[in-house]
Amino acid sequence: MRQRFETLIDALLPVIATLAALAVGALMLLALKVNPIEAYAALWDGAFGSTNALAETLVKATPLLLVALGICISFRGDVINIGGEGQMIIGAVLATWVGLTFTGLPGWLVITLAMVAGFTGGAVWGGVPGVLKAYFNVNEILSTVMMNAIAVQLMNFLLRGPMIDPSQAQLASKIPQTARLEDAFHLARLAPTRLHLGALIAVILAILVYILLWRTTLGFRIRAVGQSPFASRYAGIKVPRYMVLALLLSGAFAGLAGAVQVYGVNYRMITDGSASGFTGSAGFNGIVAALFGQLHPLWSIPASILFGALLVGANSMQRMVQVPSALITVLNGLVVVFVVSSEIWRRRRQRRRMAAAPEAESPSKPDQAQVRKEAKS
Amino acid sequence: MITDLLSTTVLIGILASGIRLATPYLYAAIGETFGQKSGVLNLGVEGQMLLGCFAAFYVAYTTGNLWLGLLAAMFVGALMGLAMAFVTVNLHAQQGISGIGFYLFGLGMSELLFQRLMGTVETVKGFPKIYIPGLSDIPGLGEIFFNQNILVYGAYLLVPLAWFVLNKTTLGLKIRAVGENPDAADSLGVNVARVRYFTIILGGTLSGIAGASLSIALLNVFQQNMTSGLGFIAVALVYFGGWKPVGVLGGALLFSMVNSLQLWIQVLGIPVPSDIAVMMPYVLTILVLVATVSRVRSPSALSKPFERES
Repeated sequence: MRQRFETLIDALLPVIATLAALAVGALMLLALKVNPIEAYAALWDGAFGSTNALAETLVKATPLLLVALGICISFRGDVINIGGEGQMIIGAVLATWVGLTFTGLPGWLVITLAMVAGFTGGAVWGGVPGVLKAYFNVNEILSTVMMNAIAVQLMNFLLRGPMIDPSQAQLASKIPQTARLEDAFHLARLAPTRLHLGALIAVILAILVYILLWRTTLGFRIRAVGQSPFASRYAGIKVPRYMVLALLLSGAFAGLAGAVQVYGVNYRMITDGSASGFTGSAGFNGIVAALFGQLHPLWSIPASILFGALLVGANSMQRMVQVPSALITVLNGLVVVFVVSSEIWRRRRQRRRMAAAPEAESPSKPDQAQVRKEAKS
Repeated sequence: MITDLLSTTVLIGILASGIRLATPYLYAAIGETFGQKSGVLNLGVEGQMLLGCFAAFYVAYTTGNLWLGLLAAMFVGALMGLAMAFVTVNLHAQQGISGIGFYLFGLGMSELLFQRLMGTVETVKGFPKIYIPGLSDIPGLGEIFFNQNILVYGAYLLVPLAWFVLNKTTLGLKIRAVGENPDAADSLGVNVARVRYFTIILGGTLSGIAGASLSIALLNVFQQNMTSGLGFIAVALVYFGGWKPVGVLGGALLFSMVNSLQLWIQVLGIPVPSDIAVMMPYVLTILVLVATVSRVRSPSALSKPFERES
């Protein structure tokens, strides 16, 4: 009974952490002389208040989920991928190029090709830091951050030059954007909302990633390397190879997120010079969602919806009670800090449990992955 | 047009602005060096800088006193450092990830405060250039090295100071011991937690100054997300410099010189796509990381939480 209660607490830790973040947010709202209940009501209403609001929430949640899936893979493999922003951009650029080049082909084929292109682009952009980490000992946090910056400049260069909308190229304004994708290439929408097929793709992929991580040898090896590289090497697993694979797959999902964003929402690429101008910081917020979902692909689904809701709700909060939507970025940051900080209670309880009944713990428990990761990194 | 770059005035201009632009990197990266030497990876530098940027600008703008602005930035940075220290030292949170949390916090908070308290982009008159009789008059060199503002000089003084503290003082010995082998340090009576608190708060304070150097000494404005990745590069520079202040200086200069060159290329209208030029320092950093990291060893306990065996 007591044990079940403690498991429940463990599962609820992220929720408690979020409530704590919202409480801090409420204090900040009070400091801004805004009634927090009114503000949070506006947020809730903006995110779930109508069919349209709900659809917008799911639209925002889609790239978060796709990035989060990749994060589940890489963090389970004990490689930290901070490069979601850049991987999304490169995926989007390649996918857009496909759509603008193969204009004669049928829509379903181009969409498929574009998704593959996005996946591949992200894989390359994640794979490079993977190789650098596995074979050259370069810290992946740093290289992925650098790759983000490189991706942004590459996007700016392409959208101002080789890939610029031909009609913009003639104008003096020269808005850095590509031409619009043909209507036939757009992902199907659930009219009249903006909810598109990408959301469904993301959910299906979440199930596939779950199967990959817990039902295949590849997934087992990635997790094994993440839990204990030394034991893995001893067991004959080629550790560097699985490090590369973890980052490569992680990047691929982010790249797909970029492709889906172009084909489902924007129908073209446009840059304001920054990464978040295109990604809406999904590359970072996806990390938040994955952590919140305890690095579990299926739990990442509700987690992504929650953070999608926060993002959409923030806009309505800004309209209704004039609180800058940046408040949500602050709350996201606090959620991350609180979630990683709350891990200590889980670990403590676990140690007590292990001391009490060492044989009761099976080594494949995800909780233990956390412990080992902590001990290693 | 390429030959324009080779004229003396332009060369002096490139070098002088290169020296100047290294300032924020130096403060932030030296601060981060202290943290990492003691075994703590602080990825939240960018967030600390952004808050420092805003605090310095806002206080300087409203009071008209640049020094008060600088103090405010230091205070805000130190507070962020204190929070980071609590989370990493007491709660053993995974450092790479909590750093991202602090980054998002600083990013959002600086924007929130900016929109709420100011709303429009304003400018301040930043720290003035300091004229040093004699030195500033040396042809060429004077313009490059001795015609800068106080924060620029401070950044370069910080390098030997950091080297001295880390290598020649008991405090430095403790910091290095805690970063290499916290268990051994602990058994010899070094208070691991206190040392790490000190380095993280110091790092936060210096990141705050780094932010202030942008908003009230170099650019003299505040804009949302105005550091745009500079704090992350500062973290990279610590690896780049092999955890040595002099190495960090080299990396910072390399970065700022390439940046400065890139700015001048745009000013002179040389037909190199500016986006590609902006990209170069990042590519260069990756290449240098590849070339150096495998040779230099990081502090053994880097990013490992310390827990007493009991």
